[in-house]
Amino acid sequence: MAENTQQRDGEEAPGPADADLTIGATTAADQTLSGYARLWWQRVRSGELGSLPIIVALVLIAIVFGLLDDAFLTERNFTNLLLQMAATAILAIGVVFVLLIGEIDLSIAYVSAVGGVVMTLLIRTDNPGWPWWLAIIAAVAVTTVIGLLQSIVITKAGVPSFVVTLAGLLIWSGVVLILMTQVTTTGTIRISDERIVGLANDFLSDTGGLILGALVVGGFAVSQALTARSRRAGGLEAKPTLIIALQVVGLAVVTFAAVYYANLDRGVPTATVILGVFLVFWSFVATRTPFGRHVYAVGGNPEAARRAGIGVDRIRIYVFMINGFMAGVGGVMLASRLRSVATSSGGGDLLLSVIAAAVIGGTSLFGGTGRVVAALLGATVIVSINSGMNLLGLPQGTRFVITGLVLLAAVLVDAVSKRARAARGLA
Amino acid sequence: MADGPLLACTGISKAFGAVQALYRVDFEVRRGEVMGLVGDNGAGKSTLIKGIAGIYPFDEGEVRFEGDSVRIHSPREAARLGIEVVYQDLALADNLDVVSNMFLGRERVRNGLVLDEPSMERAAAATLASLSVTTLRSVRQRVIGLSGGQRQAVAVAKSVMWNSKLVILDEPTAALGVAQTRQVLDLVRRLAEQKLGVVIISHNLHDVFECADRITVLRLGQRVALLERAETTQQEVVHAITAGALQHVPGMADSRAVEA
Repeated sequence: MAENTQQRDGEEAPGPADADLTIGATTAADQTLSGYARLWWQRVRSGELGSLPIIVALVLIAIVFGLLDDAFLTERNFTNLLLQMAATAILAIGVVFVLLIGEIDLSIAYVSAVGGVVMTLLIRTDNPGWPWWLAIIAAVAVTTVIGLLQSIVITKAGVPSFVVTLAGLLIWSGVVLILMTQVTTTGTIRISDERIVGLANDFLSDTGGLILGALVVGGFAVSQALTARSRRAGGLEAKPTLIIALQVVGLAVVTFAAVYYANLDRGVPTATVILGVFLVFWSFVATRTPFGRHVYAVGGNPEAARRAGIGVDRIRIYVFMINGFMAGVGGVMLASRLRSVATSSGGGDLLLSVIAAAVIGGTSLFGGTGRVVAALLGATVIVSINSGMNLLGLPQGTRFVITGLVLLAAVLVDAVSKRARAARGLA
Repeated sequence: MADGPLLACTGISKAFGAVQALYRVDFEVRRGEVMGLVGDNGAGKSTLIKGIAGIYPFDEGEVRFEGDSVRIHSPREAARLGIEVVYQDLALADNLDVVSNMFLGRERVRNGLVLDEPSMERAAAATLASLSVTTLRSVRQRVIGLSGGQRQAVAVAKSVMWNSKLVILDEPTAALGVAQTRQVLDLVRRLAEQKLGVVIISHNLHDVFECADRITVLRLGQRVALLERAETTQQEVVHAITAGALQHVPGMADSRAVEA
């Protein structure tokens, strides 16, 4: 402790240097590009790494697998990655929320399988032959209720989410088996509905992809500009126009390069669009609404949240319902991609991939820190590594070991950066 | 009316089972006054404060706030009257920035849905500026990066944002360094200058003498002294804390007056 305090005093020196900076004052340093870069570097050094480790990891993955296998950096594999990543990322969005409030959900893979199975059973043409959209709504409703049930046990009985969802893991895998064996002896049910199969297997036209890219870049530019304008109108310091412009250009370059590259192959997958819609929506909920603010507060300091009049249990229940909802969506997407559900649905390394995606993306296991987009970033890393190892034909054992090591590295980065933050920040 | 005390508690008693935590305590705070509340561990300081804050009801006695007799049943009711307590552990969410913490649970929204960040940021900055808190680099700084004194300042600023009239500070200088203690004590004085009533609980008599106008001394659940800061000494206060005259000997069921 004493060491930490000394270090902080030495480095931050809350003396004359800080004393003349009044609150909300626009300092020249913040308004220039180099000032921004310096602030960013300060944050990184103090342990707020943001997306930096991910970008480093992705570059490394691209270089390593690109060198090892010619097929890795091809447009064919790029669209494959987009297809494979969608369900993992969708499931990881729910996990991000759960991790934000400092809880965990180990049942998510089998809950998603329940969603996929329920949908598949409802659209069977012989019986009961529900329309595809109604079956999806029913599946997602079922998984949302599962989230509700588990969260009621967690909050009302005060049982740790780890234990409740561990029981859930077993229960829902059993439910998948029971449902499947009711209707089939082969262990697999094929999905013939083209609209459901299309969700995770169709592609936008080339023009459609370009329009989508324009919408993404335009939407980002408009939202940034509006935020900056409303802050300036209120007499507050806003992000400089130059920085916004650079970010928009950067995003445009990345987006259109990706669309162009995907169009060289089959185009932008529909699944990517679905993922994008959920990412934007949940990011908005997390960062722009009182509910999102309360989620972060519950994760950061439940006692502070409680004293501020926030219904902590209510927030926990909503978060597990969001997680259940996204599990349902992910289950539908997985079933759609495989064109079937099976007794083995939800098994394998799905659970670990999803939690690993959220954590690798930068969501802290300690609660209160992380962004929704972490789901996308982490899923990209996990799926790329899996795809690379597949192409190389690595044996299953080696692949498990490597995936495990990557997860371990991500957790270590989280723990070390948290310690760095604590050493500098906490009195 | 304007000269009457902001808060006047008379004859307050509170027992937890067999333990008489407070016995016929009188306590008052005027507008624009800093009232020091001191006493040894177990003297009843926290019990008195928690009763005023609505955590639990008193068994006996009357509480008058702004001249009206009130019964405060919950922290929410206390807040509605304009009574805010800053507890020792501050209750700030480290992962959120200063503005988010100051508005936690009372966020301003536009269109009934979206956080109105510019409006909250302006109000937070204005409140901090009115308290002359100038050591924060930015109100968008996360609380985890703040020093102990800065955290205390944020917690105090949070408590005065809501038209509060009485601010109760529980050990605000515990665990602070010399310079930061100075800042917090200055802040306490500024609250009083803004015509708020302030109660400061502290074990550190030096700090109390720095900023309090009057000092209430509790001992074994009873008020043993009410002293004007200007007319007393630390020695006198210490004597009251350790050996102040009790009207009632603890442990005796009957409350016959006893001279200590």
